[in-house]
Order: sequence, then structure tokens, then C-alpha cells
Amino acid sequence: MAEVLVYVDHVDGAVRKPTLELLTLARRIGEPVAVALGNGAADTAATLAEHGAVKVLTHEAAEYADYLVVPKVDALQAAHEAVSPAAVLVSSSTEGKEIAARLALRLGSGIITDAVDLEAGDEGPVATQSVFAASYTTKSRVSKGTPVITVKPNSAAVEAAPAAGAVEALSVSFSAQATGTKVTGRTPRESTGRPELTEAAIVVSGGRGVNGAENFAIIEALADSLGAAVGASRAAVDAGWYPHTNQVGQTGKSVSPQLYIASGISGAIQHRAGMQTSKTIVAVNKDAEAPIFDLVDYGVVGDLFDVVPQLTEEVKTRKG
Amino acid sequence: MSLRIVVTVKYVPDATGDRHFADDLTVDRDDVDGLLSELDEYAVEQALQISENSDDDVEITVLTVGPEDAKDALRKALSMGADKAIHVEDDDLHGTDAIGTSLVLAKAVEKAGYDLVISGMASTDGTMGVVPALLAERLGVPQVTLLSEVSVEDGTVKGRRDGDAASERLEASLPAVVSVTDQSGEARYPSFKGIMAAKKKPVQSWDLSDLDIDEDEVGLENAYTTVDSAAERPARTAGTIVKDEGEGGKQLAEFLASQKFI
Ligand SMILES: Cc1cc2nc3c(=O)[nH]c(=O)nc-3n(C[C@H](O)[C@H](O)[C@H](O)COP(=O)(O)OP(=O)(O)OC[C@H]3O[C@@H](n4cnc5c(N)ncnc54)[C@H](O)[C@@H]3O)c2cc1C
Ligand SMILES: Nc1ncnc2c1ncn2[C@@H]1O[C@H](COP(=O)(O)O)[C@@H](O)[C@H]1O
Repeated sequence: MAEVLVYVDHVDGAVRKPTLELLTLARRIGEPVAVALGNGAADTAATLAEHGAVKVLTHEAAEYADYLVVPKVDALQAAHEAVSPAAVLVSSSTEGKEIAARLALRLGSGIITDAVDLEAGDEGPVATQSVFAASYTTKSRVSKGTPVITVKPNSAAVEAAPAAGAVEALSVSFSAQATGTKVTGRTPRESTGRPELTEAAIVVSGGRGVNGAENFAIIEALADSLGAAVGASRAAVDAGWYPHTNQVGQTGKSVSPQLYIASGISGAIQHRAGMQTSKTIVAVNKDAEAPIFDLVDYGVVGDLFDVVPQLTEEVKTRKG
Repeated sequence: MSLRIVVTVKYVPDATGDRHFADDLTVDRDDVDGLLSELDEYAVEQALQISENSDDDVEITVLTVGPEDAKDALRKALSMGADKAIHVEDDDLHGTDAIGTSLVLAKAVEKAGYDLVISGMASTDGTMGVVPALLAERLGVPQVTLLSEVSVEDGTVKGRRDGDAASERLEASLPAVVSVTDQSGEARYPSFKGIMAAKKKPVQSWDLSDLDIDEDEVGLENAYTTVDSAAERPARTAGTIVKDEGEGGKQLAEFLASQKFI
């Protein structure tokens, strides 16, 4: 059976959820061979094996943290040479897309980004994409070279599928470009204790209607009652009420949770671009004409300062 | 010292209009109003700021690959303050994908001469966000991408990249390819003077032969990816909308419970 390379997104050996989703998708096409790089690479093996990796290629080197993007491309290229896979899958983070693109170019391959589904086809893997702010759904294939495909988080269910997960050291020789862009400092983002925005099953977002940084406590309280991540519209971010890392939309994060709750958000096209593929959409807005109501499964026309706290109380009561 | 900056700008269909596909499943650029991709305005802005903060002689060239109407995007960038423009236009380019576009941009940038290329974070139509990385790979120069802050001094470009897990400080020697995000600073509006001046600024047109690119390296038929189908997403079935009359939060909770979220 053909092998499929899966690039592992991990933090010091802790595998991030989107990688496990990639393993689910990879198994539809062939046998997943994972590539884990940098500090803690070998520690990823147990989790990857549990989710279907037949092999885990690892390589640790300081270059992966000290220089931008290119060392990882060099390693994936080495893995491609070692394995000759039927496809290469990477999760759709900003860095993931850059790594995938450079790899594709080196391999003489095409690249598809931001797939929301993937299935085997007669002429190679078929990727489903959601385009023009999710107003169209397309199906595409890579028609030259080894398909390189990036997949959005939350596009597949994580499934246990125990496999060998044999760890093998990958040998990598870095290219001349590898050390071109130096990382001279790194400030890790502080953990809020809430789920990762792109990975969360529920996202609770606030917009301009929240009307002030201090009022975001209302949004956070609802999020915490549901175990959700907090999102914000660009208007709220630009006003300085919430960090940019929480922005949902075209120039923020693209999210696809089971449930998206928008409060005080009008639903501009650029915001919709980042949340329209959510399974269930709920909105609270005092303007009955707000475009967000075109998307909702359930909407409340009302003042968020009344509705949201009441909802939070009710959720708490019901959860006991 | 002089610094030659090339800003890559894309002409895109207006996102607030009705975007759709043409019969050959390429983005319809004929029936839809187009404009300079808003995210590329940030790239033009940073080029202008680098120029304003520099003691060197800075020359800013804006470059686009696109159809006839793409000149509008160049005019807008020129009216913001760029010095000159290059338009790569060729019928054989229709349907070119990201891999092909990066080839054309790389050849054009090399022919123009550059110390620094500045791109936007992503185009607002394709939203791939890969062209700057591809361009760096092709040119064999450092990629310093997705910067929310950028500066150039003594042949070195520095910047801040706010990633998912961390905020990173980056540094590379010129020549390099940079891309900037919409967090890098509001783009200026063209002034009346700027708009008038832009009319006199030179716009060069190049075709594939000017760039020594073969027609079988670009275009829809030679694309590295194939779109097999494009379907309009069915409208979401109309949801339930209630007016809050004191119980809105409770009603919402009832809905969430019915959907097993609580
Ligand atoms: C290139 C580009 C990229 C962009 N990228 C993004 C992006 O990534 N993400 C993004 O979100 N936007 C993005 N935007 C901006 C987008 O166009 C909108 O301006 C933005 O989404 C508006 O945010 P908002 O809905 O919070 O504010 P508004 O549009 O002002 O809406 C606020 C809403 O709150 C309601 N409201 C007010 N008070 C209350 C109350 N007390 N109770 C209930 N409801 C209330 C109002 O009725 C209104 O509908 C981008 C724009 C451009 C040009
Ligand atoms: N046809 C084009 N002409 C000029 N620049 C482009 C073109 N396509 C992409 N770019 C540049 O590459 C950036 C990222 O584009 P993309 O990878 O398509 O999302 C854009 O913001 C532009 O700066």
C-alpha cells in the first residue's frame, strides 16, 4: 500500500490535534508515515502510533527552532526521497502552508491549501475546498508530481487506529538557504487555559457590540461555561479590546467548530470567511437586519448585555 | 547607497461583490468589479514607510501579473506614492496557479532588479498565502514573512512575526522577500496630489517573451492543480430567529440543549 507523509505539528513532543486529524485522512489514501522534527520529536511516536502512523521519521536539530521555515522544508524533502509517498499532508497553519508550498515547488508538484475534506480518487487524492468566503465548494486534484495538500483543522474526526509507529531517524542535510532567516527572539504566547481557537469544538465570539475590553468578561464567562474558545471580530481587535491572536476571519483564524456563537457581530464577508463552515451557528445581535442572521441556526434579536449573561447562568444551572 | 524595493500587488474581484467562477472554473475576472487587493495596500504602505525612514535613495516599483484591468491596481499603488510600475500581461497567463504565478513574479523581479521584495500576506481571492514563500524559494533568498512590524537598516531586514504559538523576532540580510500582515499599520489613502502625479508615472508592460518564459510553463492547461467541480454552497436552511422579550438567553439555552451542546 502506498505511503502518505504526514508532517507533525507538535510542541516539545506534545502532538497537536490537527495532526491526528491528518492521520485519519491519510489512512483513506494509504499508510501514514509521520515526520516529526525538532525538540521532543521522538516523544511524539506513541501518540502517532495510536492514531495510525506505521512509521515515525524523526530528526532533532537546533536549526528547526533557530531559523524560519526552510530547515523544515529540507527535512520533508529528505523524507520524500526516503519514502516516495503518494501524497504529503500538512495542517493549514500559516507556517504549514509556507512549508508545503516550498516543498511542492522543489518536488515539481502542485499544492492545494486549506482542504476541508480529502478522499481517494482514481487520479490521486481529491480535496474539497471552501472558497469565496465559503460561498462555493470546489473539488480539486494535484495534476503534477506528488500531491502536497494542507488541511484545515477540524476537517476530520480523530480516530484511534493502532499501528506500529516504528521510530526511524531521518537523515537531513540542510540547504544553503536553511539559515537565511534567523529567529533572534521568541516570546511564547501565554496560555489562557482555554482551548485553542482553531481546534475548539465550541467558539464564542464578540464584536464591536461588546463595546469595551472590560465587557469581554461577559463573552469569556459564556465561553468558560461551555468549555469554549474565545474569538473576536476585527472591529473588536482593532479597538484594542481583545488580542489579534483571537481574531476570526479572513485575516485572523479560520475556525470550523461544532458550534459558533457570535455576539455583537454584524457578519461582514471577511468575518464570515473565517467561520461560515461551522456546523451550528448562533447569533445575538440587537439589529434584526444584521447579515449574520442569514447564517444562523438560531438567532436572538436582543441586547447581548441581557441575553448573554442569562444564557451563561442557564448553561451553568443545566450543567449543575 | 540605494535600495530597490519591488512590491507585488494583485488585482482581485471585489469581495463585497458577487464573486463566482467562469465556465472553465477559473475565477471570473470579467463580470466582477476588481480592485487592488486590500491586503497588498499594507505592502505598499510598508514600502513607503521604509523609504521615508531611510537615508538611502529608495526606489519603489509595483509589480502585478494579471489581465488588462490589473492596471487599476498599479495606478492605485502609484497614487499612494510608489515610483513606477510593471504590468506582466499575456493571454497565455489565463488560469495560471500559484506555482506558475511565482515563476512569472520571480522572473519579473529579477529582470526589474531588487534588494527587497514586499508582498501582502495573502490575496483576498485565492487566500492561499503561499506566493511570498514560493518567490523566496525561486529567488534563493531569505523569506521574512507574515510580519506585523518591519524595518530595514544597513542591508538587514528585521521584523516581528506573530505566530500561533509565539511571537518571533526575525532577521535576514538583503536581498530578501518580505510579506506583511494587516497588523503592520493602516495603509494611507492616496492624496489628490498623489492621484494626479500617478498619471505621469511610468507603467511598463512585459509579456512572457520579455521574461523568457515558455507558454507551456504557465496557464490553465499547464497548472499543477486541476479543479474538477465548483458548486455554490446551498444556502443554509433558514434558522429560528426569536426576539428577546426577557427570556432570550433561556430560549437560546433550550436550543443548545436540544442540540446536545449542554
Ligand atoms: C482586507 C480585510 C480583511 C478583514 N479581515 C477581517 C477578519 O479577519 N475578521 C473580521 O471579523 N473582520 C475582518 N474585516 C473587517 C470586516 O469587514 C468588518 O469591518 C468587521 O468584521 C466588523 O466587525 P463587527 O461585526 O464586530 O462590527 P460591526 O460591523 O460594527 O457590527 C457590530 C454589530 O454589533 C451589534 N450590536 C451593537 N451593540 C449591541 C448590543 N448591545 N447587543 C447586541 N448586538 C449589538 C450591531 O447591531 C452590529 O450588527 C476585514 C476587512 C478587510 C477590508
Ligand atoms: N498575480 C499576482 N501579481 C502580483 N502579486 C501577486 C499575484 N498573486 C499573488 N501575489 C502576491 O503574493 C501575495 C500572496 O498571494 P497568495 O499566495 O495568492 O495568497 C499577495 O498578497 C501579492 O503580494
